[in-house]
Amino acid sequence: MPAMNLVQAINNALEIKLREDEDILLFGEDAGLEGGVFRVTQGLQAKFGERRVFDTPLSESVLLGAGLGMAVTGLRPIVEIQFSGFMYPAMNQLVTHVSRMRNRSRGVFTVPMTIRMPYGGGIRALELHSESMEAIYGHVPGLKVVIPSCPYDAKGLLISAIESNDPVLFMEPKKIYRSFRQDVPEEAYRVPLGKASVTRQGEDLTLVAYGAMMRVASKAVEQAAKEGTDVELIDLRTIYPLDRETVLDSVRKTGRLMVLHEGPKTFGVAAELISIVNEEAMEYLEAPPQRVCGFDTIMPLPMGEDHYMPTPERVLYAIEKMKAFAE
Amino acid sequence: MFDSFDPLKGKMLRILDERGKVLKAGQKWMPELSDEELVDGYRAMVRARVADERAVSYQRQGRIFTLPTNIGQEASAVGTIKALRPDDWMVQSYRELGGVLAKGGTVKNHLAYFSGSETGSVHPGNPRLLPLSVPITSQVTHAAGIGHSIVYRGGDEVAITFFGDGGTSQGDFNEGLNWAAVYKCPVIFVCNNNQYAISLGRAAQTGSETLAQKAVAFGMPGMIVDGNDYLAVVAATRAAAEHGRAGKGPVLLEMYTYRMGAHTTSDDPSIYRSKEEEESWLAKDPLIRMKAFMVERKLWDEDKEEALRKEMGAECDEAMREVENMDPTPVEDIFRYQYESMPPELERQMQDYKAFLAWKESR
Ligand SMILES: Cc1ncc(C[n+]2csc(CCOP(=O)(O)OP(=O)(O)O)c2C)c(N)n1
Ligand SMILES: [Mg+2]
Repeated sequence: MPAMNLVQAINNALEIKLREDEDILLFGEDAGLEGGVFRVTQGLQAKFGERRVFDTPLSESVLLGAGLGMAVTGLRPIVEIQFSGFMYPAMNQLVTHVSRMRNRSRGVFTVPMTIRMPYGGGIRALELHSESMEAIYGHVPGLKVVIPSCPYDAKGLLISAIESNDPVLFMEPKKIYRSFRQDVPEEAYRVPLGKASVTRQGEDLTLVAYGAMMRVASKAVEQAAKEGTDVELIDLRTIYPLDRETVLDSVRKTGRLMVLHEGPKTFGVAAELISIVNEEAMEYLEAPPQRVCGFDTIMPLPMGEDHYMPTPERVLYAIEKMKAFAE
Repeated sequence: MFDSFDPLKGKMLRILDERGKVLKAGQKWMPELSDEELVDGYRAMVRARVADERAVSYQRQGRIFTLPTNIGQEASAVGTIKALRPDDWMVQSYRELGGVLAKGGTVKNHLAYFSGSETGSVHPGNPRLLPLSVPITSQVTHAAGIGHSIVYRGGDEVAITFFGDGGTSQGDFNEGLNWAAVYKCPVIFVCNNNQYAISLGRAAQTGSETLAQKAVAFGMPGMIVDGNDYLAVVAATRAAAEHGRAGKGPVLLEMYTYRMGAHTTSDDPSIYRSKEEEESWLAKDPLIRMKAFMVERKLWDEDKEEALRKEMGAECDEAMREVENMDPTPVEDIFRYQYESMPPELERQMQDYKAFLAWKESR
């Protein structure tokens, strides 16, 4: 089995699907010849030609709007938005058309489109190149929102996303694009959308994270174990639809819930998970849930970035607060 | 002037040729500039060039983060702003360092911003200069609004805004120019056609022959200007400003130029363009042309050039040191500028974070 980093795993999934299905087109700003600013689509234009893999004018709105037009005729577009911070010119298309078409047309017209975009902080980038605004998209009815945390999942989730007959927003944690490799099977396989994974069993506390924050979570969990707290770690993998059962089962076992994400705290994914637990497992809670999140501020430029980005220490601090409550 | 340069016929305003000689056809458009003004303009271009070159080397040394440069586009950046008044508004994109410096920005601020400090957007004396804009062409609509406000208040200022060839593909380009034309806002829309939008050549953006001709459909004058010719840039901007101040509305200027450097320090142009092409533009460098013109008039010489480059290099090094000695962003600064007064939830987040810092310290 070849070892791949996140970029290679995504590239591999794209290649497999492009080879398998001629109805798939891949396009975006600088995504063709250059292979994207992160080189995630590198080599695909050379392999599949300019009709299948192409560069577009600099305009996100038409990327999604034209993508919808292609999709209703039976094509399956894969669209690259260069950075998640540049999705906003296309928000109109995403919210008013792409996500609504199936329901409005009572299932006659569908939009099997995959929208890929790098997101997230910690890379000392320019303004609007570091945000984590997944909660906005989780709030849009009709969209599926997927965030992988490792190469193996990325490939399997992306193949599932491309095969989904609903629009899927596939958010790529760019901080870990090249930070580690994993054994990834060469052939196609699927990781189902809407299924979280328990990456570590534990008894004392449930910690939910996703994307690049899984690395932060793992470090915190290791340290917590040394300090006597046995944390169960869940990788959410899909923001919508949320895997309620996996989270609820875990909280029923541990009695404590903590959620970690980079995006702003208010109205975030953590808030949603805590609501679900309140609705269905309130009686199991031994302490108030904790959120370790970004702040309700714009993402600071790099000199202030380290304050904003959640760290393993912030998770440990929250764990200590939770334990103090029990005593 | 605009009647003489029909963008549909591909006409271009040029005053100097590549060797710095005044073209016959250009004489008529020669802007009135005193010797001091000429020297001042040229110096500003050189200062911008040196600042960009230094910044790239600081980036290579790991002292600042990724940044774009305006190398090759100094005539357009400087000439436009020098042709305007201090009370005019500048709405920048991110590739007009020469104009920003001419408008009152500082090298230290530029380096501070690209070292990751928001203080880099706060210029001495608060000139009418909006912070740089990252989302392509979004700023064009802001200039339309500033122009609207000028009309509403009966002022005679103008707003100038900058964007790229790639930027003309965005919806905001259409919306901003359309608004300004409808309300006859005094806005100068400067499209720096530097032939590339990252890896994509100009032809990948539009089926139009020229970018300036898009003005025709909006109902405003549009003109192609040799963007590497400082004098042509000044002449065109003055004409556009006069047009705006006279209540005639906006103008679109396509500055025909070339991005001589990479898109940003993280870009590799060898993937999408040839060395030969890059070399063919070296002779068209706006600094070479203006320098030849100045030397011919005995306004400039090699000694002055060397002294200026040295002086500016030292100024940049000093600014870089100052930025490196800046205090890191204080925790409060992350929170306190978000609203006029901090909402309770934000206050809670800040206090909780400070408590965390204290806890971490005590561990
Ligand atoms: C809305 C938006 N989409 C994409 C980007 C990423 N991006 C940054 S610069 C650039 C190319 C801009 O080209 P052009 O408008 O010609 O300006 P230039 O950089 O050449 O000055 C792109 C695609 C962005 N900043 N904003
Ligand atoms: Mg350009």
